[in-house]
Amino acid sequence: MDPQLVKMAIGGLVLLGCIGLFFGIGLAIAAQKFAVESNPLIEEVLESLPLANCGGCGYPGCEGYAIEVVTNPDVPPNLCFPGKEKVAEKVAALTGKKMTAVEDTMAVVRCSRIEGRVSHKHHYIGFSSCTAASLGFGGPSACQYACIGLGECAEACPFGAIEMVDNFPEISPDKCVSCGVCVKTCPKNIIEIQTLKARVWVPCSSKDLGKAVTSVCQVGCIGCKMCVKVCPAQAVTYENNLIHIDHKACIAYGPSCEEICVSKCPRDIFRIYDTHDMVRRDPSVGLKMAG
Amino acid sequence: MVSTLTFPKGGVHPPESKGLTEQLPIQVMPLPAELHLILGQHIGAPCTPTVAKKAAVGEGDLVADVSKGLGVPLHAPAAGSIKAIATAAHPIRVTTPSITLAVDREAQPRQWTADQWQQLTAQELLQKVHDAGIVGIGGAGFPTHVKLKPPADTPVDTLLLNGAECEPYITADHRSMVEKAEEIVEGAKILLKILGIKTCVVGIENNKPDAIAAMTAAVRAAGGDDSDISVVTLQVKYPQGSEKQLIQAITGRKVPAMALPSAVGVVVHNVSTTRAVYEAVALGKPLIEKVVTISGRGIVKPANLLVKIGTKVSDIVEYCGGISDEVAKVVLGGPMMGFAVSTLDIPVTKTTSAVLFLTKEEIDTTPLSSCIRCGWCLDACPMGLEPKEIGLYVEANRPENTEQFGVFECFECGSCAYVCPAKRPLVQFVRLAKMKAKRS
Repeated sequence: MDPQLVKMAIGGLVLLGCIGLFFGIGLAIAAQKFAVESNPLIEEVLESLPLANCGGCGYPGCEGYAIEVVTNPDVPPNLCFPGKEKVAEKVAALTGKKMTAVEDTMAVVRCSRIEGRVSHKHHYIGFSSCTAASLGFGGPSACQYACIGLGECAEACPFGAIEMVDNFPEISPDKCVSCGVCVKTCPKNIIEIQTLKARVWVPCSSKDLGKAVTSVCQVGCIGCKMCVKVCPAQAVTYENNLIHIDHKACIAYGPSCEEICVSKCPRDIFRIYDTHDMVRRDPSVGLKMAG
Repeated sequence: MVSTLTFPKGGVHPPESKGLTEQLPIQVMPLPAELHLILGQHIGAPCTPTVAKKAAVGEGDLVADVSKGLGVPLHAPAAGSIKAIATAAHPIRVTTPSITLAVDREAQPRQWTADQWQQLTAQELLQKVHDAGIVGIGGAGFPTHVKLKPPADTPVDTLLLNGAECEPYITADHRSMVEKAEEIVEGAKILLKILGIKTCVVGIENNKPDAIAAMTAAVRAAGGDDSDISVVTLQVKYPQGSEKQLIQAITGRKVPAMALPSAVGVVVHNVSTTRAVYEAVALGKPLIEKVVTISGRGIVKPANLLVKIGTKVSDIVEYCGGISDEVAKVVLGGPMMGFAVSTLDIPVTKTTSAVLFLTKEEIDTTPLSSCIRCGWCLDACPMGLEPKEIGLYVEANRPENTEQFGVFECFECGSCAYVCPAKRPLVQFVRLAKMKAKRS
């Protein structure tokens, strides 16, 4: 081989080696000197979280919650909705915080537009989003509190738990983790997080009274307050023209009341809460939809 | 007048469609049985009622006063008794508190007597304008007395009277200018005195030659004092009636983004508002009635009607001979910026300039499609914005990023949506962006 070439090759190797060594030492020093103090606990907590970044806990993503739950003693370990009990136990064990019970909840749509055969007061042809449709006259539904049905909640759900069937959201109890994204998205504010242990519920959000409801919906709540009167546990209240149920008081009272609120409701809108009977559809009703 | 002025950028020229009503004199509509006075007739917080249920009121009596902040009082448009204070349908706010007035149709109409206003000070005149409940009746509903008190650091030298009426179909201002030109000029003098200035320019688009002639004659007849009122002809172009566009068309001054017209020394008032000021100051008559154009091919008898505030659209329909079967859309206001409504059970407010009954041929119901990036909306936008980008960002669920395209400068004239070949509801995208960007 040409000694000239060998010389050049060796020279190159030595030069590159030197450069490599120089930067290597530099990086090693920098890594020591500017090392970021990281809490290994945060990493561990983060690994135990489901990493869905849904934001249901109220912090910016899973990492945000991990940092807060480790560093802030006031942040409880049971805020991760998708993780439910398992994750809460793990986080509690890792952070040494007191584990409090995780309530099993899910989102429910407080509207029976489908069953009540709420018609449309106008034909909407704009951008297919519920918020956009509600800009003009509160949306195309004759009932101004009714679900608009263009599926903004289904699109927003990070867990794919909402399916639009006949333009009405159906929330899967298996997939819903109660992160609350749909609650914030719905322009009509008719989605609520409700405990799975609830015995009864009212799938209507109308604040109208009497005739205003009966003229647009076959099942809507007319605000007669019968349920408030008959509840032996005083668990039902009527505030701001809307029925509120104190589920804790209702569950505590137990079944001895025989769900008198349900049997006494003249509109059949006070119902036994059953995740398999959330939306009562009448297949004979042809639904006219805009969008 | 040889030259025709206009604003330099953007704008469209939709079919004027004013022929249905532009030759029809203003008709006085007889009193309906009931009037519905919405308490939020203006921008700002709704008024608080000052009368109780069942109380008897006379024509022009105060029925609701300013509750807090920006606002003007509300008066009974006719004699009668208060039937209810409850909620009623509203074109934009869905439902809003309102007063129902059972009208006493037998009562003698009140005589409004002429009064000398020349001796009053500017402050007293301003108080009269406020007490009469006057708002910008061209459509915005901004309390007029506030606009007559420009901030001290930006002195005003010119008053512009907006007679452009660039929206298709509407002829209410047009007829007012033809029939009540003297009153408008008198009103302009009152406004000049309140502002403490001498120069007033009336801008009228050249599709209203009779209005230009009437106003010019009235200005000439009213001469003799030191005020300098002139009438200029504007080219027909939408949205010339927008404050910023009108200022640029007439004075050449450009109002900076997000600034008020007083920043360039100008105050703009609609000609009908000016006439209301005249009636308030010279006759002591509050704003209780207004000229509304009833038009569109769907109404049997189109008209320029002088109606009481609070008259239901259904009563107007009855008076105008009913609607034909072909009506596809009812719009409150002009076809460009008005609101489609889904019920006739809504009352006329201080800002209703027209009620249009449009047939299928007059509206476009083509569903929207994807943006084809043709850029026509950029050419049409009088504010030099990028409507297409705003639409794309809203569709991509990123409304918080639309501020860079000037979404808050947009005054929703609808020129972009009018020219869009993909039929994109660009104004709706803008409204969504504004709403969501404010919320986040």
